[in-house]
Amino acid sequence: MQRFIFLTLDGLSRGAVYAAFALALVLIWRATRIVNFAQGAMAVATAYAAYSISTATGSYWLGFGIALVAGLMLGAVVERGVMRFVDHGSPLNAVIVALGLVLVLQAGLGMAYGNEFRPAPAPFSRTALSVGELALLSRYDLFVFAAVLLVVLALALLFTRTPVGLRMRAAAFAPEVSRLLGVNVGGMLTFGWALAAALGALAGMLIIPTELGLHPHAMDLVFVSAFTAAVVGGLDSPPGAVVGGLAVGLILSYVSGYLGSDVTPLAVLVLLLAVLLIRPAGLFSAAARRTV
Amino acid sequence: MSAEPMLQTSGLIAGYGNAPVLRGIDLTVPAGTITAVLGANGAGKTTLLRALSGLIRPTGGRIVFDGVELGGTPVEHLVRRGLVHVPQGRGVVEELTVEENLRLGGLWRRDRTDARRALAEVYDLFEPLARRRRHAGHQLSGGERQQLALGRALVARPRLLLLDEPSLGLAPRVTAEIMALLRQLRDDTGLTVLLVEQNVRSALSVADEGVVMALGRIVVATGPAELRDDEQLRHAYLGF
Repeated sequence: MQRFIFLTLDGLSRGAVYAAFALALVLIWRATRIVNFAQGAMAVATAYAAYSISTATGSYWLGFGIALVAGLMLGAVVERGVMRFVDHGSPLNAVIVALGLVLVLQAGLGMAYGNEFRPAPAPFSRTALSVGELALLSRYDLFVFAAVLLVVLALALLFTRTPVGLRMRAAAFAPEVSRLLGVNVGGMLTFGWALAAALGALAGMLIIPTELGLHPHAMDLVFVSAFTAAVVGGLDSPPGAVVGGLAVGLILSYVSGYLGSDVTPLAVLVLLLAVLLIRPAGLFSAAARRTV
Repeated sequence: MSAEPMLQTSGLIAGYGNAPVLRGIDLTVPAGTITAVLGANGAGKTTLLRALSGLIRPTGGRIVFDGVELGGTPVEHLVRRGLVHVPQGRGVVEELTVEENLRLGGLWRRDRTDARRALAEVYDLFEPLARRRRHAGHQLSGGERQQLALGRALVARPRLLLLDEPSLGLAPRVTAEIMALLRQLRDDTGLTVLLVEQNVRSALSVADEGVVMALGRIVVATGPAELRDDEQLRHAYLGF
């Protein structure tokens, strides 16, 4: 029982990060019908920026802030400089371009920093706090929950309560009508990519310290897990991404806890395959509703 | 009616790819009037509106709106100048609520108080929308969608409204209500309307001017009464 509780909490903590990363994928999918396969590599790039700043200044938090700013900028640059020019004739075009971006980023990071693991310290203790006999959450887990909760709430408010959010949603759903009503659709796209990349950077900063360390491929498996989470939730649905992220975190935690961590990568792929076979539209997809 | 026309095009050429759909349009829309654009399917009526609002770039000719030439003005700037285009199929954003759709029309405005006032006016005008303000666009009936599209355009406080087939798929009674509303807006606020319609009878019931398009050109420009009464014209271009 103790082990089950521990695995549950640990799964939720990782799931929160998957949720954030999946949410970033959903933001871009909703606005552009592109699955940003480069999101993992982009997040790693921002984590390296944080690493450089943190080692130079000795301040973790300065690096943390730099990662988010670098995410905003990288997202905008990728949208303006690359994705805007992708021909939408075939959905595969954007996928190939994104995969090309992954290769460029990972090769570039490898050249600049070397293909080795760099230390990625956590800002808080990762030792679980115990209540009696029971090992519960670490301070770092609490930080992860708080950061993801704060950002998800802020995004929800931005999208549902502010004029910019209304513009972004309108631009995503009906670009032509939005332009006719004075919405700068191109600007909204860039802003959406910037936000999503910053969210991806946050997820990367949160999860890399819990893994082996910083490496150009550090987010590869996280990307697959978060992509699975986004598909579970239905790529269209932000709440679906959050629920999907937590669910995938839990499932993977149980798999790794009871079956061994070697099985986890396999479990991610099996899960993805199962969702695509059984309910390709996702559990929270609006597709069924929209055909009415 | 002021001397200055609200909209004037000369030799307007536009189309998709290499094939021009509009082959030299000379059109004058006097301020404060409803001008009906009639013609068969494929005559270029929708293309004309899309060229006027900048959704497709004209390859030749001039568009002068309210005394200013529009060449190259980005689509999203036109609403600030007072030109609002309600596209065919109404363009209601299905995923947004009624209220969000309406607010979208006023987002560009600096004067938030007047944007809110415009919203309230639209709710007064279309009582069903006020009752369903929290409903999503996809939950509305065809008539309500048209009201929403029109209401959203009015929140933007246009001076020139480009309407593309507002009667499409609507019951005759609902169409008549919409036409009556256009007449009322013209009389009360001096709104100028360029109305593209397949439904010739209802369009001519409110129009001050009528033009008939065929194969990318304007072939007749005259008053609505003449269009109704000239049997030869009707047979040749309007099919009744």
